[in-house]
Amino acid sequence: MALLTVRGLTTRFATDRGTVRAVDNVSFDLEEGEVLGLVGESGSGKSVTALSIMRLVSEPPGQVRAEQLSFDGLDLMRLSEAEVREIRGARMAMVFQDPMRSLNPVLTVGRQLTEVLRRHADLDRRAARRRAIELLETVGIPNAERRLGAYPHQFSGGMRQRVMIAIALSCNPRLLIADEATTALDVTIQAQIVDLVKRLTRERGTAVIWISHDLGVIAGLCDRVNVMYAGRIVESGPIRELFHRPSHGYTLGLLGSTPRVDGSQARRLSPIEGLPPNLIDPMPLCPFLPRCRVSVAACRERAPQRRAFGDRHWAACFADISP
Amino acid sequence: MSLATAPQLRFAGSLALAARQFPRHRAAMAGLLFLLAICLLTILAPAIAPYDPVQIKLGAKLKPPSLEHWLGTDHFGRDVFSRLIHGGRTSLSVGLLVVGFAFCLGVPLGLASGYFGGRIDNLLMRLVDAFLTFPPLLLAVALVGLLGPDIQNVMLALGLVQAPVLARMVRGSTLAVREEVYVMAARALGAGPGRIVLSHLLRNVMSPIVVQLTIVFSAAIIAEASLSFLGFGTQPPNPSWGRDMSEARRFLGDAPWMFMAPTLTIALCVLSINFLGDGLRDALDPRSWRTRRALQEERR
Repeated sequence: MALLTVRGLTTRFATDRGTVRAVDNVSFDLEEGEVLGLVGESGSGKSVTALSIMRLVSEPPGQVRAEQLSFDGLDLMRLSEAEVREIRGARMAMVFQDPMRSLNPVLTVGRQLTEVLRRHADLDRRAARRRAIELLETVGIPNAERRLGAYPHQFSGGMRQRVMIAIALSCNPRLLIADEATTALDVTIQAQIVDLVKRLTRERGTAVIWISHDLGVIAGLCDRVNVMYAGRIVESGPIRELFHRPSHGYTLGLLGSTPRVDGSQARRLSPIEGLPPNLIDPMPLCPFLPRCRVSVAACRERAPQRRAFGDRHWAACFADISP
Repeated sequence: MSLATAPQLRFAGSLALAARQFPRHRAAMAGLLFLLAICLLTILAPAIAPYDPVQIKLGAKLKPPSLEHWLGTDHFGRDVFSRLIHGGRTSLSVGLLVVGFAFCLGVPLGLASGYFGGRIDNLLMRLVDAFLTFPPLLLAVALVGLLGPDIQNVMLALGLVQAPVLARMVRGSTLAVREEVYVMAARALGAGPGRIVLSHLLRNVMSPIVVQLTIVFSAAIIAEASLSFLGFGTQPPNPSWGRDMSEARRFLGDAPWMFMAPTLTIALCVLSINFLGDGLRDALDPRSWRTRRALQEERR
């Protein structure tokens, strides 16, 4: 059985101008130890998907519905807030985008690390402290014992993200969600953080959902990718398949607008023209249609259904893109 | 701050670190020392006051400061210094208790309102609005009138008047801090509302609270004076800084010392409290901590 099963996840937000469907009927599975990428542009519903899985969307104004949302044998939709709290940080953890802001500025790093350990691992002060030092060493922070007493502003961005990863992995969760965890960092640090997450999660067999708009990072890390657009998953498949045979107009556009450094050929980047759709209006057709370069006649008649293109590779697209 | 400063930091409670930081703030230390001195004088007043603060000696009225009467005498021949240190007992305890009361009532209300939002917020804030529509002094007068003219009731009334102001301010700061990523991150790590409010929100809204409390303290001393003047607080002939100050106005030309003694004391206390507030705010906020090196450079 899959570690995480998501079926028909729909998250809406009530606003003054109408109901925004931030996540629209999203379904996917995540196996134990699998690394799944979630790509898409800003506002495509990646983060809200993650927050919905963590049951962190505040209701109201949000509203989370799902036919099934089960994790590690638990029905997340049925659990009470107090029960979900026992799981958060212990069995599933999350790392946020901005390491400058995701640590509390007035508490020492040690306090923030040990707080989680004492809460979930039931360690006493001393044991929690010992474990915190080990964790900081594991994520590559030198002088760990001393750094426990330091405050977040005394750390650089990359160091803080290491601390966040240490905190997130402190209780050996089954699932780690990283929401744009490297976006705010410069490229060399990005690579270090990606390597760190890769190493640590592999060692522990932790499943990862890696949210990013950076296809390069996704390619280096993930086993499988879900491509999201306008709150829906438009294409899903193993990483190689998806890069070599993109089967949805949006994935194609996304790959075309990403610079490549393999030097095979010099080519111009082709941006995706236009703007993403307004998520308040109903979308009976493919949401990407107005911006699509490969649309066919059928696109203007009905909504595309999933089409299989290979083992666990599907796309909701009418066009035949790949050779 | 650079990494080079890190070695001075040991693993210690953040409060211990704050306590170590505080003495570096010179103005705050001066304020603290002044307040401690004043407190000591007022506590020991019965033992060290050279004269009985309420004893009338018409033969010695309106005497300027001298060796006999350090701060002179008032229009009834009472020793101003003795009245000053006795009066401090009333004024300082009003200040402290009003601050305590406003804190205990206002801060939890503000935190609850800001964190939970929705209906609770609406209800609490309408209540606060209702309190704020009255002029503060009038409300205090009404409350004291209701409860009876007694110094304890004055403290209670002033506390009740100040609490909504604090609650409103704490709510505002809480709303801002609540949206911080680290609050979401704490929730994602399994922290419940209690932990979030106490260890994340309260710590981060503490700086404006401390500053506001120093203002409440000064306002309370002044308000006690006004209430005493209206006959609600300290009853004559008992001394209080505010009362003595308002009585001395009539003799401002003839006996300025009568006016200067309580006025300057109140002013210095308020100033000290404000410095203390600044120091506390800085000590509680690690981002504003100055390193030893920065301090040395500053002194040069």
